[in-house]
Amino acid sequence: MKKSNLMMILGSLCLLALFVMPMWIITLEAPQYPDGIGMDIWINKIEDHNPNDIKNINLMNHYVGMKPIPDHMKEFDIFPYVIGIMSAFGVIIGVSGNRKLFLTWFIVMVVLGAVGMYDFYIWEYDYGHNLDPKAAIKIPGQGYQPPLIGSKQILNFTAHSWPAAGAYFLFTGILMSLGAFLMKRKEQEQNEKV
Amino acid sequence: MKIKTNILNTCILSGVALMLTSCSYTGGNQGALSGNIAERVYVAPGEQDDYYAFLSGGYSGNLTVYGLPSGRMFKEIPVFSQFPTSGYGYSEETKPLLNTSHGFIPWDDLHHPDISQTNGELDGRWIFVNANNTPRIARISLETFETEEVIEIPNSAGNHSSSFVTENSEYVVAGTRFSVPVPQRDMSIDEYKSNFKGAVSFVSVDEESGHMDLAFQILLPGFNYDLAHPGRGKSHGWMFFSTYNTEEANTLLEVNASQNDKDFIAAINWKKAEEYISEGRFREIQTEYAHNIYDERTHTATSTMKKTVKVLDPADLPGLVYLLPTPKSPHGCDVDPSGEYIIGSGKLSASLTAHSFTNMLSAIENEEFDGDAYGIPILNYDDVVGGVVEQAGLGPLHTEFDGRGNAYTTFFISSEVVKWRLGTWEVVDRKPTYYSVGHLMIPGGNSRKPFGKYVVAMNKITKDRYLPTGPEMEHSAQLYDISGEKMELLLDFPTHGEPHYAAGAPAELIAPNSKKFYKLEDNDHPYAVKSEANTRLERDGNTVHVYMTTIRSHFAPDNIEGIKVGDVVYFHVTNLEQDFDVPHGIAMIGANTSELLIMPGQTKTFRWEPDKVGVWPFYCTDFCSALHQEMQGYVRVSPADSDIELSWSLDGE
Ligand SMILES: [Cu+2]
Repeated sequence: MKKSNLMMILGSLCLLALFVMPMWIITLEAPQYPDGIGMDIWINKIEDHNPNDIKNINLMNHYVGMKPIPDHMKEFDIFPYVIGIMSAFGVIIGVSGNRKLFLTWFIVMVVLGAVGMYDFYIWEYDYGHNLDPKAAIKIPGQGYQPPLIGSKQILNFTAHSWPAAGAYFLFTGILMSLGAFLMKRKEQEQNEKV
Repeated sequence: MKIKTNILNTCILSGVALMLTSCSYTGGNQGALSGNIAERVYVAPGEQDDYYAFLSGGYSGNLTVYGLPSGRMFKEIPVFSQFPTSGYGYSEETKPLLNTSHGFIPWDDLHHPDISQTNGELDGRWIFVNANNTPRIARISLETFETEEVIEIPNSAGNHSSSFVTENSEYVVAGTRFSVPVPQRDMSIDEYKSNFKGAVSFVSVDEESGHMDLAFQILLPGFNYDLAHPGRGKSHGWMFFSTYNTEEANTLLEVNASQNDKDFIAAINWKKAEEYISEGRFREIQTEYAHNIYDERTHTATSTMKKTVKVLDPADLPGLVYLLPTPKSPHGCDVDPSGEYIIGSGKLSASLTAHSFTNMLSAIENEEFDGDAYGIPILNYDDVVGGVVEQAGLGPLHTEFDGRGNAYTTFFISSEVVKWRLGTWEVVDRKPTYYSVGHLMIPGGNSRKPFGKYVVAMNKITKDRYLPTGPEMEHSAQLYDISGEKMELLLDFPTHGEPHYAAGAPAELIAPNSKKFYKLEDNDHPYAVKSEANTRLERDGNTVHVYMTTIRSHFAPDNIEGIKVGDVVYFHVTNLEQDFDVPHGIAMIGANTSELLIMPGQTKTFRWEPDKVGVWPFYCTDFCSALHQEMQGYVRVSPADSDIELSWSLDGE
């Protein structure tokens, strides 16, 4: 098998890491939480970073009227299929060795990634802005939206939002498909010369 | 030389014969005034101490936890006393821990803590403490720093030579200070001699759970049994008890019990005792004692009355007990880390006697006895003595070891700590204490592996060390660095109650195991509710059970109606938090108890008997959040004949 085909297959398989590793981590630091509290976001669930973190985040957040972190979101029903199907397609494309499909797969993944980030942003925006009007603590002009990526001060908390292990596999997989495309072009050019 | 003058004055204040010796050593030492010493006890903000020190509270009934070298008090653990700070002994769950054959006894006199051991080394699992007055032994978990078990000791009075732990925590011992009629009965005190008995008890400890069981008692002659230490290493399997009043006086003991030149250290072969037990050579006698166990999953203690105890009579059981003559009214009875030397501190003698275990065994083998006491062989002093520290000071009390061949003994009358060498029996250093030092503690000093960096001296008189606080001041502890050739006084710090003894351990042995909260899913309390949806009230006749929860920053429910005068109301409160160090409290106006302090994931109950019609508030007593002050509720109390139904709500729902 051609190296480029193999690379495309491996890249597609990288996506499967999202089934065993979290995609994103949001952590909060404050003087009262010297060890920080956080949540791991997976493609199908949100989990405590350390035991009981979500419970404690909800307890803090309720003072400013933020909704509890959801147990379930509609995205959780969709993401696993998207990832599973894209991974399977990638493998098939890799086996077929069709260079154009390599590029198509790459572009589709980039678009899906962008849509995913946008969806994440919408969720964060709602989570940070859609507050209970009866909240105990109201601070004019203060939003509680966590950063999309990076760190941000929210009242007494420093919020950090960063990709987690699963996302690194995802990025690697996407880049590998682009690499496979470029490599395939070189392989074909060499074949033509011969 | 102002400093020097102060130290001289101090020495004069201590008013003792050995003043000049003491001063000659302290004169050149700038003591705690030097900057370097301040640094050695300073634990900067955010940093933590290297050692835990557990000091007995004596008449406070509690155990206090300090950090070393800072001398900061971290916690007071209630054991034998009711403690309104946490509701211990007031809550329905903890009241059974204070049950005895005399009923509910919410106070005692806690003297000697000892940490559990494995292979002769501290294992940091439990700490055992004794109640001196109404004889009991308690086990405290070093995961939760809570009292988990209390066993009463029958046939005893003044449970002083307790609670010392054998090399693998096989047994915790309880030796009676006062001899008493066994079994107790109405008899003339005049008939003390030969009729009163001194029971020493061996309480077994379950390896896994730590649960205690009174395995057997040995009925010894009617002496007073003062302190004890287990053998270790080669002497593992033996337990040594110091005695006084071998005169068997029963009145004016300060004179009548101070006549004999030598009293005894009783050496008990407990492995032999186990053999006799398994051979059935014991008597089972009727008695009554309470055994109280706290279950961490139900957060509740239960108390069981036990009725019999196995008793061994040493007069009929050869090889069980030997008596080692020891001058004069020995207090401390301390075994060195190798297990070879048993040091008797004759508190009315100026010298320290170290018995040799090897010599003791050969004397026993050769059957060289100097008569007997009530059938118990007395060994010859000269046959067993391994060495004497001559004229070391006045009023020796207690010795600990640094693991480098040095021993440190406190001298009550001459107010000093004296360092001497095992084997050469030479005094190598001495330092004054302020004042009238009782016991001292080296972390692990009562084990095969002492951590010989610090010694803590526990003083009985504080006088001019701190700002005065009326006629009585807290006792004082003093911290010495013993890592060098000479001891150095580093720090004074006040202690609560009257510390009689202490145990210490490296922080790294205990801190990693410390519990941060109770898991709500493990809470098996019969009245626990694990979500607000299940909170409710139930009436059964005139008893009302309130199933309540707390979370930042409200109670559920917070409005209760339908309670009547004459009801007995039980508030069962579950703290739904699952975060370290976030308890909630609850206190009810007019409740004849204390507040409760409920740990995260825990359920506690208090009883309230409303006696007046009205609308009565309750509130959270522990500042838990920004809205702590809003954490409150109301109970409406109606007349006894009212027909208002029970109802409850939170936010009108
Ligand atoms: Cu509270």
